[in-house]
Amino acid sequence: MVTLGDRELGRYPFLADAGQKLKEYGFTLEQLSEDSDLEPVRQRALRRIRMATEEGRVDKSVDTSDPTLPLEVLSFLLAIVLLKLSGARHLIRRFALQEARRAEAFLERDLGAAVTETQVILTTKIIHDLAGIEITKESDSFVIPIPDYLRRAVLFHAREWKLVNRSVRAGRVYLTPHETVRLIRQEMTNYINSKISSAATPQMVPGLQGFVKELMAADARLQPKITWSGVLPPCVKHAMETMRGGENLSHAGRFLLATYMIERGHSINDIKTYFEGAPDYNESITMYQLRHLSGESGSNTKYRCQSCAKLRTLNLCYAIPECDGISSPLQFGTQR
Amino acid sequence: MTPHDAAFLGGYLRRYYYDRFSVVEAPSHIRQREFGYRRVASEMVRHIKISGHEQLRALLMRQVPLDVYASNARYTFPDAPMQEKDWQGAELIFDIDAKDLQMDCRPSHTVRTCGRCGYGGYGEECASCPGGGLRSVSLYCDRCLGRAGEEVGRLLDILREDMGIDSGVHVYFSGNEGFHVHVQSEQYLEIGSQERLDLADYIMCQGITPERLGMKKTKTQASDLASIEGGGWEGRFAKHLFGSKAGRTKRAKEIVAAGYDSFSDTIQSVARSLGVRIDPAVTSDIHRIFRLPGTINGKSGLPKMPYVDTFDIDKILRILPHNDATVRASCPAAFRLGSLQIGPYHNEYVTLPLYAATYMICKGMAHAV
Repeated sequence: MVTLGDRELGRYPFLADAGQKLKEYGFTLEQLSEDSDLEPVRQRALRRIRMATEEGRVDKSVDTSDPTLPLEVLSFLLAIVLLKLSGARHLIRRFALQEARRAEAFLERDLGAAVTETQVILTTKIIHDLAGIEITKESDSFVIPIPDYLRRAVLFHAREWKLVNRSVRAGRVYLTPHETVRLIRQEMTNYINSKISSAATPQMVPGLQGFVKELMAADARLQPKITWSGVLPPCVKHAMETMRGGENLSHAGRFLLATYMIERGHSINDIKTYFEGAPDYNESITMYQLRHLSGESGSNTKYRCQSCAKLRTLNLCYAIPECDGISSPLQFGTQR
Repeated sequence: MTPHDAAFLGGYLRRYYYDRFSVVEAPSHIRQREFGYRRVASEMVRHIKISGHEQLRALLMRQVPLDVYASNARYTFPDAPMQEKDWQGAELIFDIDAKDLQMDCRPSHTVRTCGRCGYGGYGEECASCPGGGLRSVSLYCDRCLGRAGEEVGRLLDILREDMGIDSGVHVYFSGNEGFHVHVQSEQYLEIGSQERLDLADYIMCQGITPERLGMKKTKTQASDLASIEGGGWEGRFAKHLFGSKAGRTKRAKEIVAAGYDSFSDTIQSVARSLGVRIDPAVTSDIHRIFRLPGTINGKSGLPKMPYVDTFDIDKILRILPHNDATVRASCPAAFRLGSLQIGPYHNEYVTLPLYAATYMICKGMAHAV
């Protein structure tokens, strides 16, 4: 069995068993918050959080100045303690993302440099621990089974991630170290997020109160403000114009129009008017279907409109530059 | 459909399931499947759980359904409402329909029929029932099915070479105008709808970019372009574009000289011809129910049947009742159903083998007398 050493834990501190590590090092929370010898740990922990929330930069350094002090692991654990004590939801999300970016940079470097059998085993174990993927190395490529690739790649919207734009052979997808790491980015973030959320919130200690207060204030500033511009996405506009022109709109197109308008909070009576131009319009059938889609009748399930990926395949996507980066028509025109 | 027609079909179905229940394929994990059926001139009944072969036989004998379906999905509670079924996974299914291939022969075997008076013709309106709607009906065509069979062959190549699926693949004639390919692979069982959609796009070669084939917006060398030895779509495109290794250099230089936009247009049209014409909505639907192999397709009276290597409609027809049946037929087109020549008929009494008479009734081109 392969176990991760101090070098790996310095780069991927979230893979360490937090409770086990603190026990091993023999530090209490009071010591971490007040002991002057541990000031570098406190400073590093705060820097980790601030970099994530204020600077938005990825710190790719590993502090090995004191070989007797596992600074990276301890500062990571202290950062989690601070975040838990502050209950800062937005900060936690950003912190997890930033830590994932940092680990991503290390992992990409480690995968690229994995030449010996031990190095390959170690890096593929890290990927297995993080994402549960059985990955192998073949020449310069990392190879994963198609289903594992698809489960992750469908979350990306750039065309390069479509399976058709990948090197595929015998049920496996061939990736560069960069692509491999990019593919599991979300899982790294989720992994770190789950580490934080599953960690117990300790009792507040006096030495940390000031830091916690500061983090709570920072979290309040990160509260997102979402506004919708009121502009319709081109796919919905097309569906609406087709209906208005008295042309026949496919079943999927009608589903899109209805579910989008329901989601935007329009009443069923208002939505009905969009369908009145249809060549096969029947008021009672339209009302029945709208009630069904909105969850007012039938199974009480409120249906969501199709994703952009699905609309593309159904030939109902009429993307314009403003659609870049969205995965659902509902995201069109929303701003944070 | 007249009451006579319904009784005629009921008799045909009863006899078929009595004589041929052995060809009905009960799905694996039968207790986890949702079943559904539709009787002649009735609504669909869904969300049924079947415990085994005997219960399936009893359903077919008692209900004598025109169409019988089972889910490709496995559920913990197959008879519960959809949102309570507890989805456990679904086999991959691909649908290749001849009507999507837009063959040039199609208009010659597509006729229109009037549901009221039984008129059959090519016109837009029924001569006897002005204002009445006509139903478009496509008749059996060896050429269309042959072409759909070629698509199946190309799909099987991709499943084997690219997806690494070389066992557990079953091909079925749908009973009407196409083929279903069922893939029993535990590896793909649990992937969701979006993943299946991307897989469908791969098989259709939809969305391939010039970059995938080595063309960049700037500074592309001829040697950067796709290699004939490349796997998957890279190799297929390279073979299509360059023909052979010998012709590669010259042709690659021409492509690079023509530029990115020109190459982008070329690959879009090549992708349309190389991609397999599956129905992505079928593949991506993880809650659909599919016609059960061995059962009759209500659109034709012919069974959905498996085949290996070569599709032979006569082999399928041989298991159907052949005794003579007289019907009143109205069909402007002449066509062949296997080795049997049918039509044209002008509102006349004709005597046909029972399966062919049933086919004509299912297509709305004949009525029982």
